[in-house]
Amino acid sequence: MLVNQFLFLGAILFCIGVYGVLARRNAVLVLMSIELILNSVNINLVAFGALWHVTDPSNLSGQVFALFVIAIAAAEVGVGLAIVLLIHRNRQSIDVNDVDLMKG
Amino acid sequence: MLALLVAQNIAFYFIAALMVFGALRVVTCKNLMHAALWLVLVLAGVAAQYILLAAEFVAITQVLVYLGAIIVLFLFGIMLTRTKTGTDDNLNNSAGARRMAALIGVLLAGVMGYSLWDGFGKREFGELTVQRTAEVSDSIFSTYLLPFEVISILLLAALIGAIVLARRD
Repeated sequence: MLVNQFLFLGAILFCIGVYGVLARRNAVLVLMSIELILNSVNINLVAFGALWHVTDPSNLSGQVFALFVIAIAAAEVGVGLAIVLLIHRNRQSIDVNDVDLMKG
Repeated sequence: MLALLVAQNIAFYFIAALMVFGALRVVTCKNLMHAALWLVLVLAGVAAQYILLAAEFVAITQVLVYLGAIIVLFLFGIMLTRTKTGTDDNLNNSAGARRMAALIGVLLAGVMGYSLWDGFGKREFGELTVQRTAEVSDSIFSTYLLPFEVISILLLAALIGAIVLARRD
C-alpha cells in the first residue's frame, strides 16, 4: 500500500469538512463537519505512525497523538453542543448567521 | 504476500469510496437526521482504515468513542434543537456562499494533493506489523505521561463546563 493512498483520503475528507463548515448554517451540522476534519487529521496521524513504526518498532507516537485528538474531539463536541443548546434556548434558533450580537 | 497486498488495496479503495460518498452526503443532505447517519458511515470507515493500518487500539477507540458516544450526542443535539421533523430548507447558506465554499474546498484539495504527491510520491509502507495495544499503553504511560494527565484535566474541565452551560436554573 502507498502512504499517499491514506494521505489523499485524509486530504479529501478535510476539504469536504471545510466545505461543510463554510456552506452550512445549522450549528449542529457545522459541528459534524468539524468532526470530519478531525477524523481526516487522525487518518494522517495513524498513517504516519504506521510508516514510522516500520523503521522504529518502539515508536508509537502517531497512534498516541491520534488518541489525544479523539479525546480533544470528545471534549469539543460536549462543550460545543452545550453552547448550541444554550443558543437555542435563548434565541429559538441555531442558525449561525443569527448569532451576530458582537458584529460591529 | 502479493495476494494480501491486493486484498488490502481493494478493501482500501472500496471503503474510501464509501467514506467520500458518505462525507459528501453529510455536507449536502437536506435532512439533519440523515446527515448524522451518513456521519456514522464515515466514522465506521475511518475505523476500518485504522484496521488496515494495523492500528488495533485506535480502531477500537474510534468505534467506542465516535460511534458509541459522539453520534449519540449529535442525535440528542439534533432532537433537542429541532422544532419540526423532516426536511428543512434553512440548513445551508445562500448559493453564492456555497459556490465560494466549494471553490475554497477544491483549491485546498489541489494544493494539498500537489504537495502530498510532491512529498511522498509512490512511497510504500513496507511490511506493516500490528502495533499492539500493550505497546501503545507503554508509550502513553511512559513517554507521554504528562500530556495524558493534561488531557484528563481537560476532559474534566469540559465535562464541568458542559454541565454548567446546559443546566437550567
